[in-house]
Parts: sequence; C-alpha cells; structure tokens
Amino acid sequence: MKTINLEIDGLPVQVPENTTIMEAAQTIGIHIPRLCYHPDLSIEGACRICIVAVDGARTFQTSCSTRVQEGMKIQTNSPEIRQARRDLVELILDNHPRECQTCERDGQCELQNLAYNLGVRERLFEGWRKEFPIEDSSHSVVRDSERCILCRRCVRVCSEIQGVHNLSQLHRGVRTVVTPAFESPMSDSVCINCGQCINVCPTAAFLEKRSTEEVWAALADPGKHVVAQIAPSIRAAIGEGFGLAPGTPATHQTVTALRRLGFEAVFDTNFGADLTVIEEAHELVQRLKQNDRLPLLTSCSSGWIKFLEHFYPELIPHASSCRSPMTMLSALLKTYYAEMKGLDPKDIYVVAVMPCTAKKFEIIRPEHRHENGRPYTDAVLTTRELVWMIKAYGIDFTKLPDGDFDSPLGFSSGAADIFGATGGVMEAALRTAVETLTGKPLAKLDFTEVRAVEGLKEATLDVAGMSINVAVANGLTNAKTILEKVKAGEKPYHLIEIMACPGGCIGGGGQPYPPDGHYVLDREIYRLRTQALYTIDAEKTVRKSHDNPFIKELYDKFLGSPGSEKAHHLLHTHYAPREPRGIK
Amino acid sequence: MSVETAETLDPQIIAYIEACRKLPHPESYLMSILHRVQGRYGYLSQAHMAEVAQRLQVPTSAVSGVSTFYHFFRLQPQGKYAISVCLGTACFVKGADKILEAFQSELGIELGETTKDGLFSLENTRCLGVCGLAPVVTINDKVYSQVTPQQVPEMLNRLLAAEAKETAPTA
Repeated sequence: MKTINLEIDGLPVQVPENTTIMEAAQTIGIHIPRLCYHPDLSIEGACRICIVAVDGARTFQTSCSTRVQEGMKIQTNSPEIRQARRDLVELILDNHPRECQTCERDGQCELQNLAYNLGVRERLFEGWRKEFPIEDSSHSVVRDSERCILCRRCVRVCSEIQGVHNLSQLHRGVRTVVTPAFESPMSDSVCINCGQCINVCPTAAFLEKRSTEEVWAALADPGKHVVAQIAPSIRAAIGEGFGLAPGTPATHQTVTALRRLGFEAVFDTNFGADLTVIEEAHELVQRLKQNDRLPLLTSCSSGWIKFLEHFYPELIPHASSCRSPMTMLSALLKTYYAEMKGLDPKDIYVVAVMPCTAKKFEIIRPEHRHENGRPYTDAVLTTRELVWMIKAYGIDFTKLPDGDFDSPLGFSSGAADIFGATGGVMEAALRTAVETLTGKPLAKLDFTEVRAVEGLKEATLDVAGMSINVAVANGLTNAKTILEKVKAGEKPYHLIEIMACPGGCIGGGGQPYPPDGHYVLDREIYRLRTQALYTIDAEKTVRKSHDNPFIKELYDKFLGSPGSEKAHHLLHTHYAPREPRGIK
Repeated sequence: MSVETAETLDPQIIAYIEACRKLPHPESYLMSILHRVQGRYGYLSQAHMAEVAQRLQVPTSAVSGVSTFYHFFRLQPQGKYAISVCLGTACFVKGADKILEAFQSELGIELGETTKDGLFSLENTRCLGVCGLAPVVTINDKVYSQVTPQQVPEMLNRLLAAEAKETAPTA
C-alpha cells in the first residue's frame, strides 16, 4: 500500500493511502471534535463539526470524509475553525429542547459534552423549534424526535450492522424525521427491539421504555414477593456504570445491591442458561440422530427471534423451541419455586435485569404467560436502568460487601456465565452435547474456535466420528450471511448460534453507555466484558451445565427428564411469521 | 391514512421491476419504478410502495424515504376536485400564500393531502403563464382568476352544492 506524506498542524505525518484526515490526525494524538462520525459505521459527513482547514481548499473540509493526499497541509485548530465549530453546535442546539437537567442522558450526552468542550456558553439563537410527539408504541424503544439531531447513526446501525433497515429519514429540510417506513409506529414495524439505536444515539432521541416506576411500585407493595434475576452479561458491565474499569466482574456486589433495594430473593439467569443447555443439547442430539430440521438455530436472543419471524419465517422450523434462559427461570419461579415456598404465583413479582431491550418485548408475548394470565416475567430492567436505581437509592456500589444468590435457582456452572458472550451458547451446548454423543468426559472444555469476536465464525468439529459443522454469528447482518448459506444448501450445518447484538449480550442495547476512552460498538470494551465472563467460567469448579447438581435435582423432583411433557410445557415455546415482512 | 388500492401492482409494472432486478444496481431504478406506479394509479399507496420494496428487495423504509423526499410524489389519491394554487412569482406577490392558507384552514388538510371524503385535494403549482390574472387557482381544468382568500369558502360551497345535487336521488 502506498504511503502518503502530509503535514497536520505543522507536524509531519505518514499514513497509508485512503486514510481520512481524521484518522491521520489521530495517529499523532490530535482528536478532532466530531458528532455524526462513528468508526464502525459508514461515513455520513452530516454534522460538519470535524471541519479542518486544508491548504488550497476554498472552504473548510470535513475531516471524517476527506482522504489524505500527498503533500497536503492541514490545520485542525485556529480561532476561525473553533468559531465555526461552535457556530455549528449552536445551530444544532437552537433546534434542540432545553431540558438537559431532566433528560435521561444528562451528563452522558455527546451533544452536551461537545457543546461544553467547544466552549458554547450561551444560546444565541431562538428560532423555530421542531415539534414531534414522543413515539412510545414499542415495548422496548422510545423515540423522541425533538431530541434528534439527524446524525443518522441509528439509521446506519439499523441497516449496516443489523440488516434490519427499519429506520430511514423521511421528508426533507426542517420537517426531516427518522422513523420506520410510512411513519408507522415502532410497534407496527420490522423493529426487532435490539436497542442498538439507543446505544449509538449521541443524545436521547432513542431510549429504552422505562420500567423503573413499576419496579419501585412493586418493591413498595407489601403484598408482593418481589424477586430478581440477573443475566450473565450484567455482572461483566454493570461496574462501568459506577466508574469501575470495563471488564471488572461485579456479580456479588450486584446481588447485594438488589437485596438492599428490597428484593426478597435474588436468582441467577445463569440457572436458566444451564437449563437451556440441557434442553437445547437434548434437542440437538435428537435432531442429529433423526437428521431432522438441521441446522438447529439457537433461540436465546429475543431480538434475533423477532428478526427470524419478520425476515426468515421459512426457517422458523429450524429454531430451537427452547424459551430464553430468562423466561425459563421465570417460569420456574412461578411454578417450582412458588410450590417450594408455598406462595401463590400471582403474588410473585419477577424482575429480570437484562443487557437487552428486546427482553421487554419478549415478556409480553402471550406464549410466555403463566396459566393465571400473568406474564412469567413481570418487568425487565436494562443494566442502565438498574445502575440508575442503585444510584437513586443512595447505594455506594463500589463499597458493597459480596452477596450470594439464593438457592436453588441461583447456582450455575461456568457454561452459563459465557452465555453473555458470542459463541458462549454454542460452547456451553457443545460441552453437554459432545459428552452425550460420545459418552465420555471432555478432555478440553474450551471451544475457542467458536468465539466469533469478529462477528461471524464457522468451525467443523469431530464428535464421535461425526463431522459437526457449526457457525456463530452476532450482529444480524452477519446472521443474514450465514442464513443465506443455509438456504443455498452450501454446507450441511448442524448448529448455528445467532445473537442479535454485536459481541453477543455483552454488547446488548441495554448496557451502560461506554466510559471515557471507549465508544459504542468498541471491540475493546466487548473484549474486556467478554474476558470477565471467561474468567468467571474458568474459576468455577462446575463448568458443564449437566454437572450442576441443582439442575439434576430439578429434573428429579419436578421436570422428569429433558424434553419431558412438563419440560415442554414450561421450558419451550413456538414462533410465527410476523408482518410487516422484512427485506433480506 | 385510508387508501384504496388494487391488490397487487399492474403486471406491466411488475415486469418492469423484474427487468430492473436483472440489471446492475437494481435499487437505482427505484425512482423510475415509483414514477410508473404514480403514472398508473395517480399516487403512491403504502401497499404499492411495500410491494415495490418486496419485489425490488429495497428496504421499505428507503422507499418511504424517497417518496416523502421528492415533492412530485403524491402519497394520497387526488380528490374529485383537484385544487391547485399557483405559487409562481406574480401570484405570490399578489398574496397566493394567503389563498393557500385559506384553503388549508377551510379543508383541514396540508399541501399534497386529500380530504377524508375524497372530494378535495390540495397542491401548489409554479407559473401557469397567465400572470395577468394573478393570483390564480385551478380546480381540475377550470382556471379561477384574481382570487382572494375571502372567496375561498364560497368557491368550496359552490362545489359542495353541485356535488349534493349530483348525488341527490332523482325525483
């Protein structure tokens, strides 16, 4: 590759050709302010904040979209450039609500930070302000177009990373608005509820549908037995919300925090994950033996399941019928646990803390209801919402003593912890399925070949004389690639793990906004969160789901055997094609 | 939005979309396809746009984005009485914007929209070449000259009266 020599702020720079000015400046420690730019999304060039002066150019150039040229002389800073950037931000603010103090994003807003950093200290313009109603038809995602600055990051993540293409800019000029096709409500669109639009939004134009009020109310209700469960990836990310370094495991502080908030018992979604492994491995072994509906597609990710229903209804028979670990555990809480405690399931209020906004939709699916008509899971809080509740309650998270999960639905194997990372469900299922197929204990438990940190990975495993073809995808554009291969019959796949969010659940749409030094979709932050989960797994003595003694007890006392009628009733579900149909 | 549409697109348009799909960058023919749909049906219904999206395999949200970006595309069927207010220079300086406002408030619709009963639709036009008659309004093929905002309710009432006569049962 050709090397380009140029000068930025008087300093010589050498970069490969096709590098942008912004990237070139970064190599010598110059951070050009930016807003619409995102390193993992296509270049937009809409906000103009990243302008620089290029010698010989008539006007300022956007450094995100201008590529370096031999001999270029660039100025990234001057009174004129700083003034121009300030003007641009003032113009954006002019059409932005003045409600920072009451905004959920206060203190974590990229626009607010940018305005501060650029020295915007007063609002000079008072012009016409756009007016849009808040769109809260979705159970997962709330859109406030008045806070939207039209950077199109949400449109880009929805199309480029997720392949969903739900969002687009409609109309033009001052009437421009980001919405689904035909300005349909989000609830009547192909939105899969993944919440990546929330993650990439620089302001609060997208937020999760808040469940904190109903959870506070339940906690204050003496007639309710309020219990919590936390997903594997919460422990790997929640610390970031309290200033801990990314990748700091915080399982036991989280348990203590939940007890202090008033939860009567705290369970681990990991138990549901172990159970999922048993049921799904059973399903896989059956299908392998009968050569039936292969490949088996995993079903833990709510966003992926809704995607399947909108975009690939023809592949629905391939999906595992297993409910997600969250719903499996909730179903047990309102049956097994209720019986054990002598409680009426109607009095049990289950709160699930999830890294995920799609789970808020999953719980209202009629398939996931107790026979008493109530949903198995009463409320889902995202990691962000729990962080806020802990702060609101005055709990100093970093000083908390360790707490342990309640028994018996709080004990889990290491296989369950890694559910939160890409390839984790696959690896956990293989630890059990391979032992079932070979009848011998595994020599090596780590299946590093299925950890799809790059988004898509395929592997062929030799199991009991069979070649098992597996694939792992995260981010639904990657899922499309593998599903098209399945449809084309390119290779006989046996098991495919799909997670809607990049990196798996650790990169979910409900995770904390990244701390300074990191950005959303940052592979480094995903690596650190993932590392935390693999460390927890490696340090456990029980690392295979079928070795979890409480799972064995559950089958002995309550469910019978994997795939039994009772297990089917409580732990399995079904799917149906969904309108509007997505475009592949 | 209530719209009536044929169940599926005209076979000629479907054939055109199929032909586009065989060309490089089929998505680049979206505009041309939408023009044909509007040419055939007079406007772009949601059902037709969704069908174009499926047949061309272009995201429905993108079709929706294009159809709302360009003013030429109509998203509602034209009314029985298609009202068009000239906003050319001469008409504008003679207060055409006030006439437009009068139609908007009388009919309760915005530019490009059609009343719920399907009777009136409202559009604007550029210079019609009869600046001597400014400000000018056309309703279907009839030209109204030197219109004032005060005349607007009366113009509409006359059309409604004609309409009532037409639909009244014959004695």
